Amino acid sequence: MSENKKEEIIKVNHITKRYDDNSVLEDFSLSVYEGEVVVIVGPSGCGKSTILRIMNGLEPIQKGEVTYRGEKVDGKLGSITRIREKVGMVFQSYELFPHKTILQNVMLAPVLVQKRDKKEVKEEALQLLARVGLAEKKDSYPRQLSGGQKQRVAIVRALCMHPEVLLFDEVTAALDPEMVREVLEVILSLAKEGKTMVIVTHEMAFAEAIADRVIFLDAGQIEEEGTAEEFFRHPKSERAKQFLNSFTYEKK
Amino acid sequence: MNWEVIGSYLPLYWKAMLLTLRIGWIGIVFAILLGVLCAIVRFYKIPVLSQLAGVYIEVFRNTPLLVQLFFLYFALPKIGIPIRADFCGALGLALLGGAYMAETFRSGLESVAGIQTESALSLGMNKSQVVTHIIFPQAFARSVPSFVANIIFLLKETSVFSAISLMDLMFTAKDLIGLYYKTTECLTLLVVFYALILIPVSVLGDRLERRVRHAEFGD
Repeated sequence: MSENKKEEIIKVNHITKRYDDNSVLEDFSLSVYEGEVVVIVGPSGCGKSTILRIMNGLEPIQKGEVTYRGEKVDGKLGSITRIREKVGMVFQSYELFPHKTILQNVMLAPVLVQKRDKKEVKEEALQLLARVGLAEKKDSYPRQLSGGQKQRVAIVRALCMHPEVLLFDEVTAALDPEMVREVLEVILSLAKEGKTMVIVTHEMAFAEAIADRVIFLDAGQIEEEGTAEEFFRHPKSERAKQFLNSFTYEKK
Repeated sequence: MNWEVIGSYLPLYWKAMLLTLRIGWIGIVFAILLGVLCAIVRFYKIPVLSQLAGVYIEVFRNTPLLVQLFFLYFALPKIGIPIRADFCGALGLALLGGAYMAETFRSGLESVAGIQTESALSLGMNKSQVVTHIIFPQAFARSVPSFVANIIFLLKETSVFSAISLMDLMFTAKDLIGLYYKTTECLTLLVVFYALILIPVSVLGDRLERRVRHAEFGD
């Protein structure tokens, strides 16, 4: 299954991202292909989340270019809303809209942005909520839900837009351990359907299970790249070995 | 307490209350509009307008309504802009209230986290959709308590209207006391009529607060 035969969906082309004088990403490139699950791992502050934010046009860049199916991704361009319909994003802190019910949260953008038929959207929203086991929460408000439930709703909200790519930004980092699985199961099921996804995570077991390709990032550079098997079982670089070791414990 | 006197004064107080309400209502509506406008201008830091709004807010929050009214009522005609007393009262109230409402709404807007905007943007919404559907409803919900407090404050401030010879409640009470010396009755009626205006506002404000509370989320 060679990646090159598949269509390139997102292309990050030699970008440089700085905050003030701090360089976060320098001459960074990455391509995401159709149906692929790319997992980005690496130590905190290495620029993982920034990459996702740039792919969604939420972060200005100083050099280079990001394209979605050949179209420039730039938060300042009018075309960005159309691109964002196709490139969904799920945030670490869920960011449901607290003044709207669960169902309203899911339905808002499809009706408002995509001008889809309300009845049809509602039907789909209820189906999707049922799929993640939250159909009975449709009339609740976000504050009445647990973190794991909120994150599942956030995923449903993104899915209801029929995105072509989903970006997951440390979606379990704010969750209690026992809620991590319920969220990751949802993402795993999406991977089985062949959804294209870019995932930033600290859950190494999950990363290994879901990734078609793992990217190990350190200080804004791709330090190592490979299949899940290659990266987790036979890491090549010293940095990657060190990083993976930091997740295992031994009683001395 | 002479109940007969009170009975005979009632129509006068009623009329005065209607005047207080009429001017108060108009003033407050424009105060809200002005406040929303200034809050948006300040929140989005629109150049020039933002600074102008800042100056306006500081000037009107830091001078007494009485002084503002005197200025509008006595100084404006001197420079060739004649102004009716009731119009002047409503304008003064709107300007004072606008300054307070602006700060109330601005702090409401600022309390909505930036990442809420990002999550709305990431769903393909444009900026104006984000403002009307995501930021504004949340900001308003959070400003409701101080918004209601502002309205009550402004209604109470109308009591200085008498200084520009508007026949409001305060004017009527002072006038009657001056004429007939029925001080106890006049002042009692004054308290009762202000309470008549303000208690319903307070109760409605409470209701409004409870209705929008769901937006005040802990998590």
